Amino acid sequence: MKTQRLAAASVAALGLLLATGCTTDTPADTPDEETTAAESGDEWFVQADYDEQLAQRDIEPEGDPNTPWLQAIEPEWIDTTEYAKEGGDATLCFSNASVSNPWRVTGWITMQQQVEVLQESGQIGEFRVSDAGDDDDQQISDIQAFIDAGDCDSIIISPSTTATLTPAVEAACASGVPVVVFDRGVNTDCAVTFIHPIGGYAFGADAAEFLVDNLEPGSTVLALRILPGVDVLENRWAAAEQIFGDSELEILGNEFTGGDAAEIKNIVSQYLERGEVDGIWMDAGDGAVAAIEAFEDAGQPYPVMTGEDELSFMRKWEETGMTALAPVYSNFQWRTPVIAATMILAGEQVPSEWVLPQDPITEAELGDYLERNADMPSLHYAKFGGEDLPGFPDAWRDR
Amino acid sequence: MTRFRDLIAKAANPTGTVFILLALILVGVFAMNPGFFEGPSLMAFLKQAAPLVILAAGQYFVIVSGNFDLSVGALVGAQVVIAARLIDGEESRTLPVILAMIAFGVAVGLVNGLITTVLKVQSFITTLGMLLVLYGAIRLWTGGAPTGSLSEAFRQAGRFGIEDVPVLGQVPWALLIMIGLGAGAIALMRSRFGRVLMASGDNERAAALSGARVDAARTAAFVLSGLSATVAGILIGGYAGVSAQVGDGLEFTVITAVVLGGVVLGGGRGTVLAAMAGALTIEALFTLFNQMALPATLRPTVQGAILIAAVAYAARQRARPAPAPATPTATATATPS
Repeated sequence: MKTQRLAAASVAALGLLLATGCTTDTPADTPDEETTAAESGDEWFVQADYDEQLAQRDIEPEGDPNTPWLQAIEPEWIDTTEYAKEGGDATLCFSNASVSNPWRVTGWITMQQQVEVLQESGQIGEFRVSDAGDDDDQQISDIQAFIDAGDCDSIIISPSTTATLTPAVEAACASGVPVVVFDRGVNTDCAVTFIHPIGGYAFGADAAEFLVDNLEPGSTVLALRILPGVDVLENRWAAAEQIFGDSELEILGNEFTGGDAAEIKNIVSQYLERGEVDGIWMDAGDGAVAAIEAFEDAGQPYPVMTGEDELSFMRKWEETGMTALAPVYSNFQWRTPVIAATMILAGEQVPSEWVLPQDPITEAELGDYLERNADMPSLHYAKFGGEDLPGFPDAWRDR
Repeated sequence: MTRFRDLIAKAANPTGTVFILLALILVGVFAMNPGFFEGPSLMAFLKQAAPLVILAAGQYFVIVSGNFDLSVGALVGAQVVIAARLIDGEESRTLPVILAMIAFGVAVGLVNGLITTVLKVQSFITTLGMLLVLYGAIRLWTGGAPTGSLSEAFRQAGRFGIEDVPVLGQVPWALLIMIGLGAGAIALMRSRFGRVLMASGDNERAAALSGARVDAARTAAFVLSGLSATVAGILIGGYAGVSAQVGDGLEFTVITAVVLGGVVLGGGRGTVLAAMAGALTIEALFTLFNQMALPATLRPTVQGAILIAAVAYAARQRARPAPAPATPTATATATPS
């Protein structure tokens, strides 16, 4: 057993050396209680979570639909009077995992704009930020630095990975200030609130159900995925596998592309050389346009396709009139943590787990969202939720 | 009969290994999917392989002169992002921006070359530094996500070609550019410059003592590599458009390709044709993996094993005293000037 673990650890270390830049939990970290619970062959599938997320899609969230970043699905409101702080001008400290992809960049701009509003109203004084550049160790020391500084009134954390960052988040909680975690989760509920959209299963299921509904039985579907081993992405595929498994669609393959447009175009072109592809399922919209162009260049009819609410895909969708859906991993969630922190410091109630709505963009809403985002660059996310902030549209346009 | 013996001798030649490997992989692809060798799909393969082949030629110049260029992947990415931002969908800006990209590629190569030769910083460090500088600068400049878009004219070279050619379908511009530049690279290696470059990698002191301008040749090699990355950037950007990940990890793929072509790290041995064939081999291997539906997680492992096996095989051939002059290029000497 011991030698086995040693071997696993050295394989993991070697893998880390080889996989330059890809940040995931090291395999040696993964066998914790949560993942071993799902022994049924697929370590990324937890039936209870899957059922919960699929059900949450149909629950009407509490709050005003015009401000979805303040809505919550089945919230369990908790008292925060113990954290109430007089006088405003709070110092917020934000440990960010990275801004290494357009989705995070878009959200990060939105968060900064929201902070400006709260600074003007006097609720936030200083907003201190550290960016870990997708490095777990860096983020652990970033969080420790906030704790050591001792003058953060609240610590906001967007964890880089789940298991590795758990002790750091626990340490932040132990320092006594209210902690807000958002986007990816950690294995502790010590944070005052954990903010996230419904989740990866819902995303993958939205996309897969759309393909099942819009393709004839027996049609072929190619799945394009970014990279293996990242929980939010693996959950999307795990959900799709469930739904495809119960359908009569033929899944030609699931390919990792790294989100690289050239790689996506190569792979799709090669599948098209071998036969018809009727549908494309993607676990994230990066490079979706390259996949569509592969059909154009091969002289094939457009597939039924699911991408994401990234504008380059949505614009191409409108231009071609293809049958498509844009599943959403709600980018507006980046507004919520700073608002939540000011609520907590004002002693207002917040949901202990703040589940934000996550509705895909359908063909009926396509025109509306494109119009709203007309000035935005192509690698921008339609549901960024910052249209009412004073910096709009310049802050997002001139990034 | 003698032709057959020639063939055997060629196969035993270390730089010949790559051609055998390429043939084997293509046989494998054919077995999986005979349709691969039909005109249109073959053309599509070559179109998509062209950028790596051109990059391999550029990297060959640097490696054969005894250096590395790790900055090419970042440079390709930078060029595509710069192009998208500066063109921003305006057709009329295509040509000026392409000229600016060429100037930028030359400048990056020149800086790499001068830091390596004048300041005597090892090229591994110089170009690793350049990789990081470019990577960071582009992210700083774009705020992490590329903006703008490429013009239709810009995308011509990488995406389109001469249409409606009998049998072949579309003859991609990328293929013609690849053949043109490949021929240029071969001609360059046969010129005086090529011999100086080879001698610099083989034995720097001897080359310098015999009057060759080693530093100038090495710097020029970096400039050629920067230019190849620029052309590759134009083709890749044209082929698939802008994404934040363009060029990621390309430096390792291209060094793998060159090494697979039997070019010795440290310099002085190998031919540019074999380096380019190495790139084709890598691309064919990716195609084969795809045809076999090999799990993505297994691919790097298989790729690594094939690389080690091929280079070990070539090294064994080289170590054994060859009956015929094994590598004519290896015996090249610098001509005194």
